[in-house]
Amino acid sequence: MAKKGDYVRIRREIVPAGERDASVPADTSATPLVMWVKGYAQQDARIGEECSVITRVGRAEHGTLIEETPCYELNYGSFVPEILAIDDQLRKALFGGDR
Amino acid sequence: MMEKDRSVVAVNARKTEIIRKAMGVDYDKYESGSIAFDYEAMMNDTGYTLEDNIRIQRHFNVGNTPVFELHNLTALARKLAGPGKGARIFIKDEASNPAGSFKERRAATSVYHAKKMGYKGVVASTSGNYGAAVASQAAMQGLKCIIVQECYDSRGVGQPEIVEKARKCEALGAEVLQLTVGPELFYETLLMLEDTGYFNASLYSAFGVGGIETLGWELGHQFIENYGRHPDVVVAANAGGGNLTGTARGLIKAGCPAKVVAASVNLSGLHMASDNAFNRKSFTTAHTGFGVPYAVKPDHSDVPRSAARPLRYMDRYVTVSQGEVFYITEALATLEGMEKGPAGNTSLTAAFALAQEMPEDAIIVAQETEYTGAGKSIQPQLTFARKNGVELKFGDPADEVPGKDIIFPASPDLLKARDLDLNHLRRSIIHNEAKGFTPTEADIRFLAEETRTSEAFVRETLADM
Repeated sequence: MAKKGDYVRIRREIVPAGERDASVPADTSATPLVMWVKGYAQQDARIGEECSVITRVGRAEHGTLIEETPCYELNYGSFVPEILAIDDQLRKALFGGDR
Repeated sequence: MMEKDRSVVAVNARKTEIIRKAMGVDYDKYESGSIAFDYEAMMNDTGYTLEDNIRIQRHFNVGNTPVFELHNLTALARKLAGPGKGARIFIKDEASNPAGSFKERRAATSVYHAKKMGYKGVVASTSGNYGAAVASQAAMQGLKCIIVQECYDSRGVGQPEIVEKARKCEALGAEVLQLTVGPELFYETLLMLEDTGYFNASLYSAFGVGGIETLGWELGHQFIENYGRHPDVVVAANAGGGNLTGTARGLIKAGCPAKVVAASVNLSGLHMASDNAFNRKSFTTAHTGFGVPYAVKPDHSDVPRSAARPLRYMDRYVTVSQGEVFYITEALATLEGMEKGPAGNTSLTAAFALAQEMPEDAIIVAQETEYTGAGKSIQPQLTFARKNGVELKFGDPADEVPGKDIIFPASPDLLKARDLDLNHLRRSIIHNEAKGFTPTEADIRFLAEETRTSEAFVRETLADM
């Protein structure tokens, strides 16, 4: 439950599926254009409920509440053995030995 | 007050009016009424000379980035090249700009101008490093900032490189509005401009492209001062064309005769507006999906006339594969001790291959690097590719099928720069621009300038239409 004043993330469909720009391919045309933005909730709301927000620049937006106190969870991925193989190959190609 | 119609059709119909208010530029005055428009007048009308741009950028801590010689990559290129071949390879470390890329040159004057004109904020539509650049300059110059990004597929899965850029924009104080795949990005940008009254910090404005001239100008001077001679070749990554256009114009203004080579990551076969293909590519910029269409149709952006017109300045256009750029990014780390973002190494990848065609005493420069970090470094990019069903393997990168596999060179000699047919692109832009017109003599001259060819070439192409 997000309280009024909490920082949240909302989602809203802007252009419905089937009404997309004529230039987009069929797979995209079958999906809506969706927008995500963050802001301060203007009323209490649960995940999945409508919520209006005031964004960082002070705009009023509305949409479905999808995340409370949103954050980034980017990381450096999983181990990719090919990267070490590239290292070994390059060092061998340049220096010859086992440096 | 009556609420304006916010449908796509209605907003696009108001485009000219919205852009005029959001930029203070009357693009109509450059038009001839036929094919030609006055490109140089548009570039000169910003009110900012090269010297002004240098002064503004210096004040806001942009530019004056170092040039590094890559001794080990040069040595490796020489091992692979024929006797007496293997030019000295240099990079310009644009990652040392405040927001981590050359794009801040593009942002500085736009934001400065927006503030001078009394706008309260700036809007830019970009999924690239330009977002962070505008956010950084807006932070420094005290304006509000909205970045509109194409970021997710319809499942809501974000390309990690773009998500990282969103994070950085927010870290620098911007509001980030994220969208699913599609050209309606420009529609949403127009709405933002109309709703907020902010300045359109378009990638394709004369303020933006003029700002990049400082990069070419610096290169021209740095090589004379530090190495006593001009570089022979400057390689610039090509997407929307502004990087190459601005750099080439700056080189000319510095009196530097270097050849200018465009480089793009080959993503042929992947539709750029495809929801399915969106997360099957590892490079979100500097690729052929933007580079080729924008070269032959420069005016389909968020301004009526683009200042980025790369075919006017290109001596050659080469492509490299995704696997090759990842490979060179790793080479830069393991052989030169520098970890940089992969997209910013597109030009270096081409330079490594091109150096092998050039004599040992020649100089080739990759004119940028970009910052790296979670989402943007090669490990999360390759992890994401594998998760999305893209196969990673060693082999001949010439066999790479974008969206299906990423092929790292099985040995360094397999890394190549592959030429695009420049005359084919030149004929395409002539076809696109001349469509529906009966060309005048002035149009013929204009098209010769657009393509860096002769009036004879233009007449011949028009005759074939």
